[in-house]
Amino acid sequence: MLEVQQLSKSFGGVKAADDITLSFADGSLTAVIGPNGAGKSTFFNLITGALVPDRGHILLNGIDLAGRSPPEIVRHGVGRAFQVARIFPSLTVHETMLAAVGADQRRASLLHRRFPLAETRDRAEHAMELLGLAAKRDRIAATLSHGDQKLLDIALALVLDPKVLLLDEPTAGMGTEERWRMIDKVHELWDRQKITVIFIEHDMDIVFKIAPFIVVLCYGRILATGTPDAIRRNPAVIEAYLGSEHLAGEAI
Amino acid sequence: MTELQAESARERVVEPLSVPRLDKKPQRSRSLDLLIALAAFTVLAALPFLFSSKALLDFVIRCSAFGLFATSLNLLVGYTGMISFGHGMFFGLGAYGFALIMQRTGLPIPVAFICTLLFTTVVASVIGAICVRLKEIYFAFVTLAFQMLIHSVILSWVSLTGGDQGLRGGIPRPVFLGVDLSNYVHLYIASCALLVIGLMLMRQIAQSPFGYTLRMIRDNAVRASFIGIDVWRAKLTIFVLAALFASTGGMIMSLFVSGAYPEFAFWTISGEGIFINMLGGVTTFLGPIVGTVLLLILNDTVTRLTEYYGIVLGIVILFFAIGLRKGLMDFAVEWYQARRDAHGPGTMTRPRGGSGNSTEVAG
Repeated sequence: MLEVQQLSKSFGGVKAADDITLSFADGSLTAVIGPNGAGKSTFFNLITGALVPDRGHILLNGIDLAGRSPPEIVRHGVGRAFQVARIFPSLTVHETMLAAVGADQRRASLLHRRFPLAETRDRAEHAMELLGLAAKRDRIAATLSHGDQKLLDIALALVLDPKVLLLDEPTAGMGTEERWRMIDKVHELWDRQKITVIFIEHDMDIVFKIAPFIVVLCYGRILATGTPDAIRRNPAVIEAYLGSEHLAGEAI
Repeated sequence: MTELQAESARERVVEPLSVPRLDKKPQRSRSLDLLIALAAFTVLAALPFLFSSKALLDFVIRCSAFGLFATSLNLLVGYTGMISFGHGMFFGLGAYGFALIMQRTGLPIPVAFICTLLFTTVVASVIGAICVRLKEIYFAFVTLAFQMLIHSVILSWVSLTGGDQGLRGGIPRPVFLGVDLSNYVHLYIASCALLVIGLMLMRQIAQSPFGYTLRMIRDNAVRASFIGIDVWRAKLTIFVLAALFASTGGMIMSLFVSGAYPEFAFWTISGEGIFINMLGGVTTFLGPIVGTVLLLILNDTVTRLTEYYGIVLGIVILFFAIGLRKGLMDFAVEWYQARRDAHGPGTMTRPRGGSGNSTEVAG
């Protein structure tokens, strides 16, 4: 269970996160939506330790993660993928996975053995299978397509066996068809891995189709939370973000 | 934290490689490395018995000193992406530390060697703790500042270091287990041994899980921290380790010249280190060694022919920087690969033996 309590962060006079209180049940799939500058990425940055909150708590199974460093938070089981794929361009897919598993096993600073370690192999293999990257194992990451780089970024988070996986716009910069492929993958991962997944997404068709639960942020505050149906009908959300088109779509 | 925030603010798109990867199959087994090292040592050790030229042995000793120094700099520059402009300070510290301990205490040479390494560890830890938090250009300049600081301490602390005259009066060399470093051949063999052992250890660092952690930090430090890597700690560790090898290079140099001079700690030594890496290339492990040999040959021949050494060196730098845009070893490996790919199916993939069991594990 991930609980966020009264989380606040300001940049100068701008409140990027304003008293956010939310809880995410184990194994839930939640979409975070909101207009540009709503504080979605800030919310992720606060949870993962890239930013230190001014106030509030982030409790993962009762342990407060607020203010801890990213490596520490990762070790508590919060994995993250980025809006712009952040990978290791000069490593191959396979090496990336092996190194990530090594880091997870606290073997990243071993000096007396050779890379790769035998005990990292199975999990690396598993992660590549899961994301469909096995066939591209020997490709150098920089030469992968945009979509595959995003998958590799997600694989990097997933290979650490997180309890909570945060995906910042997994479909950013993709064509329509690729988008759906990616989101099917995300859905499949969530289904198979039984982990808590929270993702930021701009495409409302995708959000309404796959997310059982939606959080709407606006100016750093929670505007609404609820099921797709409830969000679609929420007047405040329609006014601030959706416009009337999605309501109309539902009527037909 | 500041580093992370700055980085996330920029949200960089994945760029094409700033440090291209040339070694198609870097995971060579440890026993093969050992074999290569033994062969290299045997060849080097045989030289004094094959050739009577003292100049050749001189050359190899200087190569050992600068080769260790330059390769250790490549651990920072090539493997971790930390461009240090002050790495030469550890070369100087090694030379002065060792010479002073030998002159003043009369300890056996191996003990003095270890004491110098301990001294270097302490200094490098303090300087590293301050520097490795800084990003790119700031890191470069603060390391340079520390180098200048150490250089001026050496210059002004005349009673200890001899000031700008350097540490003179020779280094006592008590015989230890039959090794007599006042004997030229013994000194030569010892230098070669230190070179080969140092290179072996650095190769092990580069190919260890930690070596891959360094590559990840070079490629994307923020991502590395989000898979649980303590970036600051890893950078400090490699900073100190690299300092130890640079210090060893300095010790060889002090034995070679029987003293220590302020130039050993001057910033130009760091500059030469960077230049060697540019000449030889940073994408292969042995690039800096090739660079060392090139620079020393260049140095020896050009200074003999003309007094305008700097001009010639400048032109050579320009040739490598603008013409090849890479070091000699990078160029050679790339050329070799292009040739091989022309004969087989050439793709960007790195073909390996099998599919599932192809990864060598030499754990």
